[in-house]
Amino acid sequence: MEQPEQDITANPQLTETANPPLPKTATEPQVRPEQYAAPGETVFDVENVSCYYSAFRAVTDVSLAIHENEITAFIGPSGCGKTTVLRTLNRMNDLVAGARVEGDVRYRGASLYGKDVSPIAVRRRIGMVFQKPNPFPKSIYDNVAYGPRINGEHNKGKLNEIVERSLHQAALWDEVKDRLGKSGLSLSGGQAQRLCIARTLAVEPDVVLMDEPCSALDPIATGAIEDLMKEIKSRYTIVIVTHNMQQATRVSDRTAFFSVLRNEKSDTRTGVLVEYGPTEKIFHDPSDPRTEAYVTGQMG
Amino acid sequence: MAAITEPQLGPNLEEPAGWRRTKNRMATVLMVVSFVLVIIPLVFVLYTVVAKGIKIISWSFLTSGPIPPNVAPADVGGIGPAVLGTIEIVALATAMAVPLGVLGAIYLNEYGGKGVLARLIGFFSDVMTGVPSIVMGLFIFSIWVLHFQFSGFAGALALGCLMLPVVIRSTDEMLKLVPNPLREGSYALGASKARVTVTVVLPAAIGGIVSGALLAIARAAGETAPLLFTILTVTTANPNPFSGPNTSLPSQIFANATSPYVGAQDRAWGTALTLIVIAFVLMIAARIITARFSRFSR
Repeated sequence: MEQPEQDITANPQLTETANPPLPKTATEPQVRPEQYAAPGETVFDVENVSCYYSAFRAVTDVSLAIHENEITAFIGPSGCGKTTVLRTLNRMNDLVAGARVEGDVRYRGASLYGKDVSPIAVRRRIGMVFQKPNPFPKSIYDNVAYGPRINGEHNKGKLNEIVERSLHQAALWDEVKDRLGKSGLSLSGGQAQRLCIARTLAVEPDVVLMDEPCSALDPIATGAIEDLMKEIKSRYTIVIVTHNMQQATRVSDRTAFFSVLRNEKSDTRTGVLVEYGPTEKIFHDPSDPRTEAYVTGQMG
Repeated sequence: MAAITEPQLGPNLEEPAGWRRTKNRMATVLMVVSFVLVIIPLVFVLYTVVAKGIKIISWSFLTSGPIPPNVAPADVGGIGPAVLGTIEIVALATAMAVPLGVLGAIYLNEYGGKGVLARLIGFFSDVMTGVPSIVMGLFIFSIWVLHFQFSGFAGALALGCLMLPVVIRSTDEMLKLVPNPLREGSYALGASKARVTVTVVLPAAIGGIVSGALLAIARAAGETAPLLFTILTVTTANPNPFSGPNTSLPSQIFANATSPYVGAQDRAWGTALTLIVIAFVLMIAARIITARFSRFSR
């Protein structure tokens, strides 16, 4: 494909190429001495986004900015569109028949929904971990090596290196190093979810989206994954959807609270973004009464 | 015994007598009776074929040819040409129908979605399943045999037409069973649709696809009607399926069993047993292959 030199989508390049250069971000952790520190570089700029499933408007008028090397949490009641918004960030909603996005999502300056943007190239940079662990019915090794392989890496030594590094990052290496040839489905729930995280990290994404990654896990496995998130955030930008408010306070730097608007006339529900800000502020000094009611547990 | 006279302690946990218990027992009896009714004809058929066929089967019966005329006694000659013909015809039919059917099912399930074309193809494939096999034979007779003469290939075309909808349907059902989160997991790593299909969906479904295909093959191997008008059923071996009339096990059963001579009828029983054994071997292979391919699935 021919690439115009001054294409607006040229930085970063989201159109399909044989070997997409991955934007390497600063690996130094950002130091934040005081509260409400100045945010890092903007990774996502979500502007007036509304999502539709066919004629149904699931979420409306969302605008927020997500910053580099931070963990951003989406909280809110069921049906408020958290997951829908998350899935617009790497175009996973394209896979749902009838799904449509209005407004603009800019990723490091490039429009994700631009004309020549390939969802495949987008997802190579912006990985996703799902609510239920979904290891492939392949060996543990092949699960982790899957991403690098489909991106053209077939060198055995390199693959071994990537698999070991990714499993280390996902804090799973010590538990599985002697059974890499065993099925990924033989792992327990918490291990399987860490395997899925390792699989996502193996392609060295820029951003990791997590859709309620701990909802199927016990508190110990949840703790392991939260520690892991804090550990890797110096190298990745993380966006997490969670139903667990304690989890949001424990791991996130910034929190977006979504709520549901009910249209009395048509009896439809639409998600809206109520408030977005530093996690400390959302939980201790919220400016919207709906946020306060939710975080203090007065409203489910 | 002391236990009988011991007083009942705690709550009574037995199912109380009454309409509920009666219903439960009636349902159980009904199921056992249905099972026995289903199994009787199967056992009877198997027993008869084995009892009558086993005494005639020998290595030379399976391999030598040409097939003797009907008047010859059972211990003369063999059905080698029919074994060879069946292998040729079924192999050709498989080579045509299985890849096409699997690709068709992939289109229906992964690419077509709920589009008009996919629904149309799915509908007609289901209709094709219900077409009588003799109609398939006549169809190939009119579009192929009338122009290019009888041949093993014509028979393979007819069998392929019969297998195709079966393969499409069984593959489609298997692909539907592949959980969507697996596809999403692959898409989230930046895989294209083709890549997702080849590296995740097909491996996850391959066991079921292979056993579905083997069942279709076993079914086709036993079909007689579509071969009547397409291969002509001769008695000599024809190693070239693309030219000249051929023969097959089911059509030999037909030709021999309908004759009044004892030798021919014995030969028909032996041929029937041969065919059943071939189908049985394919079923076993289907089981083994399914188990082998699903070794990562639990």
